[in-house]
Amino acid sequence: MTIEGWTLILLFTALTIALAKPVGVFLFALYEGRSTPLHPVLGPVERGFYRLAGVRPDAEQSWRAYALHMLLFQLVLTVFTYALLRLQAVLPLNPRGLAAVGPDGAMNTAIAFVTNTNWQWYAGEGTLSNLSQMVALTIHNFLSAATGIAIAFALFRGFARREAGTIGNFWADCTRVTLYLLLPACVIYALFLVASGVPQTLASSIDATTLEGAKQTLILGPVASQEAIKMLGTNGGGFFNANSAHPFENPTALTNLVQMLSIFAIGSGLTWCFGKAVGNTRQGWAILAAMMVLFLTGAGIAYWQEAAGNPVLHNLGVAGGNMEGKEVRFGIAASALFSVVTTAASCGAVNAMHDSFTALGGVIPLFNMQLGEIVVGGVGAGIYGFLLFALLAVFIAGLMVGRTPEYVGKKIEAREVKLAVLAIAVLPLCILGFTAISAVLPAGLAGPLNKGPHGFTEILYAYSSGTGNNGSAFAGLTAGTPFYNGLLGIAMWIGRFFMIVPALAIAGSLAAKKYTPETAGSFPTTGPLWIGLLVAIILIVGGLTFLPGLALGPIADHLAMISGRLF
Amino acid sequence: MTTVSSMFSAKLVVPAIGDAFRKLHPRALVRNPVLFTTAVVALLLTVLLAVGGEPLPLGFQVQLIGWLWLTVLFGTFAEALAEGRGRAQAASLRATKSDLVARLPDGSTIAASALRRGDEVVVETGDLIPADGEVIAGVAAVNEAAITGESAPVIREAGGDRSAVTAGTRVISDAIRVRVTQEPGQGFLDRMIALVEGAERQKTPNEIALTILLVGLTIIFLIAVATIPSFASYAGGHIPVAVLAALLITLIPTTIAALLSAIGIAGMDRLVRFNVLAKSGRAVEAAGDVDVLLLDKTGTITIGDRQASEFRPLAGVQAGVLAQAAMLASLADETPEGRSIVVLAREGFGAAATRLPDDAEIIPFTAQTRISGVKSSAGLIRKGAVDAILRAHPEAASSAAAAELRRIAEDIARSGQTPLAVAQDGRLLGVIALKDVIKAGVRERFSELRRMGIRTVMITGDNPLTAASIAAEAGVDDFLAEATPEDKLALIRKEQQGGKLVAMCGDGTNDAPALAQADVGVAMNTGTQAAREAGNMVDLDSDPTKLIEIVGLGKQLLMTRGALTTFSVANDVAKYFAIIPAMFVVLYPGLGVLNVMKLASPESAILSAIIFNALIIPALVPLALKGVTYRPMGAGPLLARNLAVYGLGGLVAPFVGIKAIDLAVAGLNLV
Repeated sequence: MTIEGWTLILLFTALTIALAKPVGVFLFALYEGRSTPLHPVLGPVERGFYRLAGVRPDAEQSWRAYALHMLLFQLVLTVFTYALLRLQAVLPLNPRGLAAVGPDGAMNTAIAFVTNTNWQWYAGEGTLSNLSQMVALTIHNFLSAATGIAIAFALFRGFARREAGTIGNFWADCTRVTLYLLLPACVIYALFLVASGVPQTLASSIDATTLEGAKQTLILGPVASQEAIKMLGTNGGGFFNANSAHPFENPTALTNLVQMLSIFAIGSGLTWCFGKAVGNTRQGWAILAAMMVLFLTGAGIAYWQEAAGNPVLHNLGVAGGNMEGKEVRFGIAASALFSVVTTAASCGAVNAMHDSFTALGGVIPLFNMQLGEIVVGGVGAGIYGFLLFALLAVFIAGLMVGRTPEYVGKKIEAREVKLAVLAIAVLPLCILGFTAISAVLPAGLAGPLNKGPHGFTEILYAYSSGTGNNGSAFAGLTAGTPFYNGLLGIAMWIGRFFMIVPALAIAGSLAAKKYTPETAGSFPTTGPLWIGLLVAIILIVGGLTFLPGLALGPIADHLAMISGRLF
Repeated sequence: MTTVSSMFSAKLVVPAIGDAFRKLHPRALVRNPVLFTTAVVALLLTVLLAVGGEPLPLGFQVQLIGWLWLTVLFGTFAEALAEGRGRAQAASLRATKSDLVARLPDGSTIAASALRRGDEVVVETGDLIPADGEVIAGVAAVNEAAITGESAPVIREAGGDRSAVTAGTRVISDAIRVRVTQEPGQGFLDRMIALVEGAERQKTPNEIALTILLVGLTIIFLIAVATIPSFASYAGGHIPVAVLAALLITLIPTTIAALLSAIGIAGMDRLVRFNVLAKSGRAVEAAGDVDVLLLDKTGTITIGDRQASEFRPLAGVQAGVLAQAAMLASLADETPEGRSIVVLAREGFGAAATRLPDDAEIIPFTAQTRISGVKSSAGLIRKGAVDAILRAHPEAASSAAAAELRRIAEDIARSGQTPLAVAQDGRLLGVIALKDVIKAGVRERFSELRRMGIRTVMITGDNPLTAASIAAEAGVDDFLAEATPEDKLALIRKEQQGGKLVAMCGDGTNDAPALAQADVGVAMNTGTQAAREAGNMVDLDSDPTKLIEIVGLGKQLLMTRGALTTFSVANDVAKYFAIIPAMFVVLYPGLGVLNVMKLASPESAILSAIIFNALIIPALVPLALKGVTYRPMGAGPLLARNLAVYGLGGLVAPFVGIKAIDLAVAGLNLV
């Protein structure tokens, strides 16, 4: 470990915290439907869209209507994407003449992008036409991110409103987030990337002469535009298979830092926005603080393990940390940090191969996803997932102050507990359940490349990534089979919508409740005690469930490595 | 104070053991899903043992299964014990109830249990009142000791605020005619018996929510355990069902699930021991949530009687003269106020006369004149409310002396005291200040309540000046002066609209709407039937101060639940570290490093975790029944304290406990 490495991690943390308020202020304006500096320019566009679609943005929806409209929208998008992928061979903008995507693959990809997972069982440049990349996929990078933020807004309204029957309008939330936040930010972001050397072209490839004088064909495409939203919208699906390890996606140390920051930017801003929405920004800071405690712990362990390297190699005389699967350009700290950031949020972009991490270094990304990616988390998804845990923590420990548990002025009762537990139970159900199926069926056993606990980790990682809507791959797993495409597709769908619908139901239930003013007798949900409690509940309830799986996967792997055995 | 030994006395424990087995009936057990799951697992292992399907040592299996069944039994025992304690309380009540006989107006007698609502009965001296009802004719002294434990008889009469009578109490003088107000089986006594017995106990909203959480955790851990065989098969091994079962049972929240209903019953029982009857468990929970306490001034904040504190003579009148006159006017006044005037005159001014002149003629106080006094050879001395005295002396009403009298009186009122004017032979002498005496210690109570986030509002009929002064002295947060029942109701509604929960107590019929509106309405037992119907609690001692303790009991109930839930969840960490290495060490020997407690062997580790999991239930029964220690303090310090004790304690205790049990198990060669 080096000073530079730790400086990077701490600098990154400080910048993330610094972003919370400015981004949060802008998000809060969108949350309230208030005017932003962009409204004079984009306002007519917004209104034009509403007229075109016949949407009345001020028509408030009950949670049921909100959920129904959201689900129908997602369903239509899924079918549209599926159709486009199946038909890409006969559609334009297919310069490499790629064939249609198979049914299981197309289904998997459609779900992966609609759910903000961006799980990629294929190598993007060799499977998808430019049209598929730009229309079928990039569109979701925006819409799935906007949907996540819309759901977060709806849940915030549930906490903030008093005796109300509605939680906002899905179409208005989605449109505003896309139009005023994601699109403008991505234009600027993409320009920055282009300036840093990321290609943005419709040309399919370029021939380069290497130093040895050989000819090499480099694939090009509209990379910068996809790259921007891939990070900002925590989508993670890269243009290239190597993702952010590819020099055309992530050319410099600066782009690397900006990419990591852009993964956390909106998630961090949403914590502030939540605090503001419920009338006490300290509530938001407390959540961000708990997230940062979990994040720094994870980043610290990952960096420590990666820097410590592999004792088996040390014995062979190879000194230093673990550089396998890492870009020399980024080194250990930036790679370990990136891996923790991308899995803490539900991004899934990678700048190093997680499969090649040391066993315990790889545990952190895995564990982050199993917690439900609530450490800052995916845009929207992180905060609503985190709030479910907050409700649980309030309920378990809140009684200890001698009152019916309350959170930000709302009493937490049977209905909320039921829905929160239901949503949280989805994680172990899909992650452990599907891993269990895959670990015994021949079709599942055919997947992992490696043997022993490492192979097991590959399976576990895939379902953790899918259910958590992360999309990062551990590599090593041959996932492009009908078996994995199917099960992972189901895992992604359940992991997304079996969280969202209960979250919206909670929003509806909370919105209808009276507000209970905070008194000296109220359970304190700001301050170190609460932060510590939150972290403990998340680790015990959210984390311990996965201990058996982790013990048989990465932990066994690590212990084997210590005793000189590698898989 | 209940001691642990009295809690576990043989009289209670022996029947509870029998009940614990009776509660194993699936229909009873299914009400507690976590215990039900435990029983199903125990049954499954028992069957597996019988068919011999498990590749484990027989002794290990038998012990494991035994402890699983014990876990279930400890749970049902905890509930049975709590019910038993309640039942003991109820038994004495039931004794009075069983042989009640009702005398109908036509002279015939029927069993009390046959009485319906609206029936009329006659109760004479020496009779027990057969059913809850309302006096419709007559006045009687009634001994309510059976209910309240207070042996001094109380007056019950038709009309007014003291017309309610309770079944099982005895008329000790006169005869009354009573209209029955309850259907059989729904009377006061019946409800009380049902509540403490737990027979008809319904789960409260918070209990339901907690049960859902426990079921949710059970499902999550079920998923975690059910997937292990597949993981193990990938690793090329096999985990016996008994070991998986052990992991499941230690992880699911058996501790809190086993104690949950005992906590609820015990909370209710504590209230009953405190001579307060709650009509529902919901009301007790609401008491913990109360934000605003409406307290009647008289009897709660001040002692009921005012004390003379000062003589304020008019200009030109010697203080001694006023004192002497005031004393003479009060010698025949046997009220505490009158006695306090005599004491003040004697001690403050050495007023000499100790008894009235022989020819004295007493002028008694009446509600019409609002004046009392004495007429003798020494002259006519009268004392009374300022306006009443002035009215009685029209000739002086517009004089300078009258103006001064009014000024002094106002001055006294502003300082929170009540003025009483004195006149002798038509001459205004001055004013006696009667001071409301704040009860000792209430100020501290109110600041305690404030720290707990509870606002206190004093309700009084006094004018705003007096009320403000008393409020300031007593340290309440707010006051409602010249309060009418409508004002009270309006105040409660206003607070509730702001999201507050309000508690109040009351006794009169005109309090009924406010009692019904309040989230916690405590009716005084001496109050009217209407008030007792409207409130959701009844205080048998009719002590309005108890409202504060009731809030404390509500909080204690919720805290006990929270503390044991936290403890139960925190326990899981250690149990994982006991069982996971024991389970997987055969697959990957390296995983032995997770055995941080250095438990002797995999079998001993598993058995120790299960034994700890079972024994912690009876170990915590006293806590569940007594409730966690409750001290009034703000939520922050309270949470810090309880988290340290039950959160950290819950984390550490099983590490120590499992290790100790493991030493014993290994030492005794049990596996």
